[in-house]
Amino acid sequence: MIIAIPKETQPSEKRVAIAPDNVAAFAKLGYEVLFEKGAGEAANLADSAYEDAGARIAADAAEVWKSDLILKVTPPSMEEAGGIREGATLICFVYPARNEELIQKLAERKINLLAMDCVPRISRAQSMDALSSMANVAGYRAVVEASHVFGRFFTGQITAAGKVPPAKVLIIGAGVAGLAAIGAARNMGAIVRAFDTRPAVKDEVKSLGASFLELDFNEDGAGSGGYAKVMSKEFIEAEMKLFAEQAAEVDVIITTAMIPGKKSPVLITDEMVQSMKPGSVIVDLAAEGGGNCELTESGQTRVAHGVTIIGYTDFPSRLPTQSSRLYGNNLVKLVQLLGQVDEFKINQDDEVVRGALVLDEGKLSWPPPPVETSVAPAKKPETKPVGNEAEEKKGSPFLSPAFLLGLLAVGLLALGWKGSNEFLDQITVFVLACFVGYMVVWNVTPSLHTPLMSVTNAISGIILIGGMLFMPTGSELSGNSQILTWLAGVAIFVATINVAGGFLVTQRMLKMFRK
Amino acid sequence: MNEGLVTTSYLVSGIFFVLSLGGLSKQETARRGNLYGILGMALAIFATFMSGKVSNFELLIPLMLGGAVIGAILARRVEMTSMPELVAILHSFVGLAAVLVGVASFMDPGHSKLEGSDKLIHEIEILLGVFIGGVTFTGSVVAFGKLRGSLSGKPILLPFRHFLNLGMVVASVYLGSQFLGQEHDAALITLLIVTAISLLLGVHLIVAIGGADMPVVVSMLNSYSGWAAAAAGFMLKNDLLIITGALVGSSGAILSYIMCNAMNRSLVNVIFGGFGTGSGGGGGSTEIEGSITEISALEVAEELKESKEVMIVPGYGMAVAQAQHVVKEITETLRGKDVNVRFAIHPVAGRLPGHMNVLLAEANVPYDIVFEMDEVNDELSEVDVLLVVGANDIVNPSALEEENSPIAGMPVIEAWKAKTVVALKRSMATGYSGVENPLYYKDNCRMLFGDAKDSLGQVLSGLS
Repeated sequence: MIIAIPKETQPSEKRVAIAPDNVAAFAKLGYEVLFEKGAGEAANLADSAYEDAGARIAADAAEVWKSDLILKVTPPSMEEAGGIREGATLICFVYPARNEELIQKLAERKINLLAMDCVPRISRAQSMDALSSMANVAGYRAVVEASHVFGRFFTGQITAAGKVPPAKVLIIGAGVAGLAAIGAARNMGAIVRAFDTRPAVKDEVKSLGASFLELDFNEDGAGSGGYAKVMSKEFIEAEMKLFAEQAAEVDVIITTAMIPGKKSPVLITDEMVQSMKPGSVIVDLAAEGGGNCELTESGQTRVAHGVTIIGYTDFPSRLPTQSSRLYGNNLVKLVQLLGQVDEFKINQDDEVVRGALVLDEGKLSWPPPPVETSVAPAKKPETKPVGNEAEEKKGSPFLSPAFLLGLLAVGLLALGWKGSNEFLDQITVFVLACFVGYMVVWNVTPSLHTPLMSVTNAISGIILIGGMLFMPTGSELSGNSQILTWLAGVAIFVATINVAGGFLVTQRMLKMFRK
Repeated sequence: MNEGLVTTSYLVSGIFFVLSLGGLSKQETARRGNLYGILGMALAIFATFMSGKVSNFELLIPLMLGGAVIGAILARRVEMTSMPELVAILHSFVGLAAVLVGVASFMDPGHSKLEGSDKLIHEIEILLGVFIGGVTFTGSVVAFGKLRGSLSGKPILLPFRHFLNLGMVVASVYLGSQFLGQEHDAALITLLIVTAISLLLGVHLIVAIGGADMPVVVSMLNSYSGWAAAAAGFMLKNDLLIITGALVGSSGAILSYIMCNAMNRSLVNVIFGGFGTGSGGGGGSTEIEGSITEISALEVAEELKESKEVMIVPGYGMAVAQAQHVVKEITETLRGKDVNVRFAIHPVAGRLPGHMNVLLAEANVPYDIVFEMDEVNDELSEVDVLLVVGANDIVNPSALEEENSPIAGMPVIEAWKAKTVVALKRSMATGYSGVENPLYYKDNCRMLFGDAKDSLGQVLSGLS
């Protein structure tokens, strides 16, 4: 079976479906890779690199389109769709909600169509989630674009020529793109704040070094599929007030609030843009769905009230080499799921395949039945009162130190009542020694546990003194004392092994520890 | 040497032992501590020789020399990875000696001269000494077998094992009470029966404990051996034995307690064994969604080269694969490239408390880059690459995230917080607890399958 990679024909598209590294991965699964001449050029990936990795270069686009399995980035053009062989399989971004006509055309060709944008967002499918990998690129690129038009440093500096304040960046929406943007902006030295309707992402935001803006309002925006849900009216009002306050203060706003298949919510109004300092930048990653900023022009950069508003819709394509690599890796994982070359099958029982499948031999199978996401939306806040925990820790009262001490005291009293003086002396020594042992050992550093154990082991060989004391003297060798000699002898023998072995091995170990 | 002098010598050697244990609490003073121990022991033996109570030198000296030579050979030959076995078998020697001393003490002509409550107390002491010694002896032998792998590491659980244990203890107590009133010869037989029961009990107790609990078991046995020595001290009315036994006994008990805390389990739970066998009701581990991502050794090397902070979490697998030297080489290479390499040690990693530290020390890893779990857990999010070398349960997030996991509540090294985790493993098999490890399915985790030593060898060649 042949995997074919056609050249992307949309004018602004610079990506290519796979990187040279992926050719070997496909070969491992038994596939032959057919690569259209010059397909990787725009992404700075030369034909020769693919050829070296084992791909065959096709000079002619028609040949590529006749293959069994076609991997692509963007949806095919109508013309390309007409050239597909019947029964072939095509994997690319499809956006079925927007491209009904195209899907109809493809359905006529009776092909299998898998949409990379429809791969369910469950944890098992993360490695093939091209939306996430592209969003990651977009988030990074958004910061780069912003810094490109922004007239100042992102990082603060104190130089001989004066002090440079750091730029303040607000990132709205801490999904994959938002988090990537936070990371990039932080790495450039900016002060980064982020807002998201889902409180659960707070930790992730903080872990990247941004501060998390919170509303004084209790509503969780976690929806299914990794997107946020639409919030209540009161919430939105509170949110807008926050954005209005922030807009006057920050230098760069990056918005990422996209709702799949719907118009993007307007978060930055005309007045907010007006209130921003001249020279500020807004990057609207939701421009494709109409934009989060009222003034965004999809696909364009414009300047309004002195603020540059970037509304590109092709951020991933602006970083073509990186995007192609990531997308190629996503494709490899998906093809792995479809099986090796001799077991290739569109297995509809697999929820990932089922979710991505738009056309099944020409039959429309989109939208798929809903799948449960495995990501728990949010954990219920722990309501356990603090006091409880302490109680639980205590465990059984019979094991508490106070109880044990009491028991010990009672036992000692009882002994004092009955026992002989000599015995009591011994008990005193014993109990004191136990306490000394406890005090001394309690602070041992864990790295010395093994040496400590072998030293105590050696010391407990002191029992050999017991053996020595029972060893009968030579003069009284009756039958009984012969046995006694044996018993004591063996005891002494093994105890000495212990003493010598324990001390020497400890010494050996301790010699090894060095600073 | 007169009696008073002997007693003072014993006192001094007791002090030496306390100093020895105290010295071993810090790296800087550890070697001195060991020296104190040796001095104390030498003084004690010398004083006993000189006490006038010992005369059979022509037998004693060869015996002790022989024992010392064997001990020295053992100490010299032992591989650091086999330290747990050595410690276990040495414990068994103390147990055996305690049994023998106990029986000898009973047969000693001095015993029959005692009367009244003195005799009673002495007999109770003998019983206790023999009993504890017996349990220590066979328990340690079984632990030794398990640690060497000649016995299966899996817990062997007889039906009604708690009743069996209880029955054995009850029988011993009953026989013991009989023993107190019996004639000398009949009593000897009873004593031997009690010894036999204690030996059985030792076997039974330890076979029921799984391999992962070995650190606790070994330190428990350490503690038992101390108590056995103390009991012998009571029999002999010898304060030095009492002091030393008590020191060892309590230090072993504390170590066991620390180990148990590290596993969030009660001592009772460990002693009576049976861990990981349906305690979670079978449904303990939930199915894990997601897929694992493999990585090659060369890619690991690339990752390491590009990182600033590297953390290595070693586990028993490192000991099994004898990978500590390669780990050290990698550490040196990376440190040469200005990468900050640190080690994170879980308290119960390995089969002996502190086992990993000893292995790393053997490989010449400086101890100041080796950290305890608690010291590093908060800093893990700054780690670029975290290498898990042959560890499993101690980095399992389900201990914290899943309430009904069998290892729930056990403090673990929160490896998943690192930016990238590379887990070296031979297969996807579970750890000793039998719990699936969701760490491997996390996004930032990469699996490097194969023998740890081979894999790391490749990583090392990729680095240089």
